[in-house]
Amino acid sequence: MTAVLENPATEPKAGAVPSFEVTLRIRRYNPESEHGEESTWDDFTVQVHGTDRVLDALHMIKWEQDGSLTFRRSCAHGVCGSDAMRINGRNRLACKTLLKDVNPDKPITVEPIKGLPVVKDLVVDMEPFFASYREIMPFLITSGNEPTRERLQSAEDRERFDDTTKCILCAACTSSCPVFWTDGQYFGPAAIVNAHRFIFDSRDEGATQRLEILNDKEGVWRCRTTFNCTEACPRGIEVTKAIQEVKRAMITRAF
Amino acid sequence: MASTQTPSAIAAPRSPYARRRTTRGNYELYSWVFMRASGVVLVVLIFGHLFVNLMVGEGVHAIDFAFVGGKWSSPFWQVWDLLMLWLAMIHGTNGVRTIINDYAQKDSTRGVLKVLLYLAFTIVVVLGTLVIFTFNPCPPGAPAELLPSICFSN
Repeated sequence: MTAVLENPATEPKAGAVPSFEVTLRIRRYNPESEHGEESTWDDFTVQVHGTDRVLDALHMIKWEQDGSLTFRRSCAHGVCGSDAMRINGRNRLACKTLLKDVNPDKPITVEPIKGLPVVKDLVVDMEPFFASYREIMPFLITSGNEPTRERLQSAEDRERFDDTTKCILCAACTSSCPVFWTDGQYFGPAAIVNAHRFIFDSRDEGATQRLEILNDKEGVWRCRTTFNCTEACPRGIEVTKAIQEVKRAMITRAF
Repeated sequence: MASTQTPSAIAAPRSPYARRRTTRGNYELYSWVFMRASGVVLVVLIFGHLFVNLMVGEGVHAIDFAFVGGKWSSPFWQVWDLLMLWLAMIHGTNGVRTIINDYAQKDSTRGVLKVLLYLAFTIVVVLGTLVIFTFNPCPPGAPAELLPSICFSN
């Protein structure tokens, strides 16, 4: 990639990554409107390579064309969960989505994730999302004296909740949920996934409290199993399955 | 984050996105279980109803005022139809309530739609129950030309 940039006149070397032009259609907010309800689309065309991700194209736009374009990113390698956005109508991480995979022949639409107030351009206020995350108490709850060693757990017990430990809190699932879009009162898949991680942990003793919290009017019972969350999850967590397991735990507890 | 402890300076515009106070209770759990259970029972009741009305004996051609009147003179069919009416109405009303909750964005819209829904539910259930239990195909003192033939069989 750098070789091409340093020697633009020379022919591409053997094995060089082919480059192509791609247009990004980015939703820009209007600072005069509340929560970015009013917005416009801006088109940017950049020269990219087959190995470039949407985040690389956003960087090129911000650094070379329009410095006012605003988005979040931290690690840029799919772990920090900062750059979830709606790319071609689906929630993805910009740093994990290759441009060649999202049909670069047409303009690629990039929007902020839905259902959360827009702060600027692609940046949303994550506070409502984290508020419901905090409500399910995402920490180990135990009783009695603290052991002097680690709390041991069998491999099978660990396997029980392995899937939901993978969550990076990017909000791709919650902001893909149509129930969450309506009024933002639903706890959202991410909060339930993180509750699941502790409810099914053999070392944790707060399952009853957490189930009690999620038994709320706006808790797991608002899930309509549309599987949007499972499809959106960049970590491949089976989110809808986790929600159903929490539902089942509640029913077996109640009857 | 510290911002949750102290009221934010921009609290007002943010409010539509803030989760309101939590509601505890098993109401939604029971309603979820009821939808599954009543659904299974309704499949049996409705297909039984359709089979008896449309296929047994003369089938669909047998249905007339006398056929329905005859069915409702038996306590078995009274209970069957009553169960079907109540389960279908509660099941359907609960389903529509869920849809209203999912799609109505404003509390006022939600309230109006739910009042209309519960009103319709009450009217249908009360009227239906009344008819099933008080139905008399041959009310005494009615003009003879308005009565069905079964009233004169004996």
